[in-house]
Amino acid sequence: MKYKLVIQISKALLLARWKQTLVAGIGVSFSIAMFITLLGFMNGLNGLLDGLVTNRTPHVRLYNEVKITSEQPMDKSVEYNEDYNFVRSLKPKNENLDIKNSIGIIHALNADDRVLGVCPKVSSQVFYNAGNVRLNGVIDGIDVEGEKEFYAFDDYMVAGNSIDIETVSNSIIVGTGVADNLMAEVGDIIQVTNSRGEIIKLKVVGMYQSGMADIDKVQSYASVETTQKILGVSGDYLTDIKIKLKDMSIAPQVAKEYEELFGTSASDIQSANAQFDTGSSIRSLISYAVGITLLIVAGFGIYNILNMLIYEKMDSIAILKATGFSGKDVSNVFIMIALTIGILGGALGLIIGFGLCNVIDNIPFDTEALPTVTTYPIDYGVRYYIIAGIFSVVTTYLAGYFPSRKASKVDPVEIIRGK
Amino acid sequence: MTDKVLEAVNISKFFHNPKTFQVLKDISFSIDRGEFVSVIGKSGCGKSTLLYILSTMDTDYTGELIIDGENLKSKVDKELAAIRNEKIGFVFQFHYLLNEFDVITNVMLPGLKLEKLSTEEVRENAYQKLKILGIEDEALKKPNQLSGGQKQRVSIARSLINDPIIIMADEPTGNLDFKNSRIVFDIFKELSVEFNQSLLVVTHDNEFAENTDRIIELLDGEVIRG
Ligand SMILES: Nc1ncnc2c1ncn2[C@@H]1O[C@H](COP(=O)(O)OP(=O)(O)O)[C@@H](O)[C@H]1O
Ligand SMILES: [Mg+2]
Repeated sequence: MKYKLVIQISKALLLARWKQTLVAGIGVSFSIAMFITLLGFMNGLNGLLDGLVTNRTPHVRLYNEVKITSEQPMDKSVEYNEDYNFVRSLKPKNENLDIKNSIGIIHALNADDRVLGVCPKVSSQVFYNAGNVRLNGVIDGIDVEGEKEFYAFDDYMVAGNSIDIETVSNSIIVGTGVADNLMAEVGDIIQVTNSRGEIIKLKVVGMYQSGMADIDKVQSYASVETTQKILGVSGDYLTDIKIKLKDMSIAPQVAKEYEELFGTSASDIQSANAQFDTGSSIRSLISYAVGITLLIVAGFGIYNILNMLIYEKMDSIAILKATGFSGKDVSNVFIMIALTIGILGGALGLIIGFGLCNVIDNIPFDTEALPTVTTYPIDYGVRYYIIAGIFSVVTTYLAGYFPSRKASKVDPVEIIRGK
Repeated sequence: MTDKVLEAVNISKFFHNPKTFQVLKDISFSIDRGEFVSVIGKSGCGKSTLLYILSTMDTDYTGELIIDGENLKSKVDKELAAIRNEKIGFVFQFHYLLNEFDVITNVMLPGLKLEKLSTEEVRENAYQKLKILGIEDEALKKPNQLSGGQKQRVSIARSLINDPIIIMADEPTGNLDFKNSRIVFDIFKELSVEFNQSLLVVTHDNEFAENTDRIIELLDGEVIRG
């Protein structure tokens, strides 16, 4: 049957019951809008929280762990080969914390296809001198360009310019807590004492806020060279090599591989932050479940209204059939009605959902933990709109399918005789 | 053979509810092209039941039904719908129009379904049919704004839209006053005489029946005359 005729008849039936149709349509719009808003908000939040971890955490980290040698001299003894070894309280060898052959490793990593970026790090224990008092501290020597590109370093800068640690000699970016304790501001000179008791003057060029107060009270950043100077070590002394991979999911096996290849310790982001992953996937799951429940409820609404429409329009269906419309034609009409409600209601829902997301996106959200975040986070991912759109069409189609089958089976004789 | 528009051979039908009884018994007859046939019989003798079978809406029967040379025994729902659409015009006792559409669209719908002519051509035809029935002025009204007699004339116009080979009517005047009954009868007569239209009309109005070409009389599901 011609499309146009199906549409013409569906439209007439719809308009004859426009109030119910409107209610059904609003039901669909509401659920789609809520679905979009819920998922946008939940995943915006997930992204924010995950970002806290994944932004700042390397996918794979190479370092040198202080540990006892796994193969002890006793194990090598041929004489006591068959016996048990009860030597306890083994102590590690006094060793530097740096990674052996760090330059060679970085070259090898840069040549690896799976690697997106490599950042060196030198960690150094220091004391901040606040008058006579010495405060514990850590200065990390970092490659600012790399940190900015791969670890969103600038998102946590609250004052000054991060690149200055590369250009200004003997400069430092201090944690906000450190700055408070030292009453230092950008442009001031602070003093730190290194592990050998030497006092070094550093110029504050910026302030950094990780959001974790305990960290911000001790952590500062300087360039790799400055930190090596504080430690009094050579230019190839690195304590960590931080690696971002193109595909984060392969981090565990890559970590294992590097551990063997480079003879260092290696940790991967998954094992380091397992709890975050679980948290986000459960939040996603809950929001999908709620969103889909809403849609199914709207589907039942459409189902009810179509059923009612069919009972009301029994006579019309009988006339159509008596005058030569087949069962299929009649069911097409009701499917069309359902899809019209679904598509119009769904489209409106997508627009309302987008609007609500926008509203939330503009609500102020101030948090110490995230200095660069000023409003509630929203994920505007197109996939939620696609899922919602497809789901609204599918549910309304299903909601229309069963009533339409019933309509197609209406026996005109029974109706005409019943008069 | 070809001038038989409809042929019924040994048509029987049973109802099983509340208990099995045979409502139609071996009914056989045929209608020639252009014939105006009336079916009479006491209430409950099976006239409507027969008409529903002949109009292909009821397929639960035994025997053969041949319309326009085609045996309908093994046709499926869709094919029967197409035959109803193209070859049979049906007029009910009650007016059975779609209140969601205006009069002209009601008349047009079976024509649009047929898909042989454009919407404009179907509209033109529908106007013509309304004119034959003298109700072209009501074309844009809704059915529920019309009187009973007018509604019945709209139904007749609708039954004519695809120029069917036969029009079937089940007590088309049963619900009308004397004057309107007269009008409807005159229309049928006119269709028969002027347009050579074949008609099969169930009626309990003996005067009506006397003026048709042939009377088929049923008694308890059997043809006793015609
Ligand atoms: N669906 C049905 N189930 C059982 N009996 C029926 C049904 N429809 C009609 N009948 C019976 O069949 C007989 C014929 O009915 P019908 O054809 O309507 O008679 P008429 O139109 O001649 O008045 C009546 O006795 C009626 O009660
Ligand atoms: Mg009857």
